[in-house]
Amino acid sequence: MITILDFLLLMFLIVCAIAVARIRDLLSAVVIFAAYSLVMAIIWQMLGSPDVAITEAALGTGVTTFLFIAAISRTQRAE
Amino acid sequence: MDDLVTRSVCRLMVPFVQLYGAYLVFYGHLSPGGGFAGGAVIAASFILYALSFGQETASRRIAPGISHLMESGGGLLFVLAGLFGIMLGGTFLANKAAGFYMGIPGQLFSGGIIMILSFGVGIKVTSTMVTLYNSLSKRG
Repeated sequence: MITILDFLLLMFLIVCAIAVARIRDLLSAVVIFAAYSLVMAIIWQMLGSPDVAITEAALGTGVTTFLFIAAISRTQRAE
Repeated sequence: MDDLVTRSVCRLMVPFVQLYGAYLVFYGHLSPGGGFAGGAVIAASFILYALSFGQETASRRIAPGISHLMESGGGLLFVLAGLFGIMLGGTFLANKAAGFYMGIPGQLFSGGIIMILSFGVGIKVTSTMVTLYNSLSKRG
């Protein structure tokens, strides 16, 4: 049974995934990837696995974004 | 990166983030969370501090040498807690068979050595993330 909220979140997830792959600006890609991780954490929680949701929210949204931004600041921003 | 708003928000947020990370580590055997997730949350708070206050101030709080020591110590704590099981007459990481205090299920001090193992994993994950960020953001 897919509710409307599930459908909206999954659509947002697909749009984010396509946008990350298509966009040319790397900093924008990192920000969109953080949004992807946040929605993914909400979906994990709705699927009934709060443990994975906490890890996804902490690692995918927090630490990975920081590491990507640190890597971009050492290299070029444009692809 | 010397912004008043960023520093004020960071100063407000960091204690609560660290408290939540400590809760995740110490209640890992009762509720969702555990060593890895809690360590990642604590590491995110340290990285947030380093982003808003600068690398020099942050390395006064958690020096690179101490971070390396914590990384080795966390893994060593895990292995030593596992070897206690062998010493007390069980297998590696033996918990109840080695006679550790089990406590009442659902209370904080229960489950034998699981809390110690979570603590070791949390320390190691925290220092690993902080070291990763330090070595990535170091100039030169």
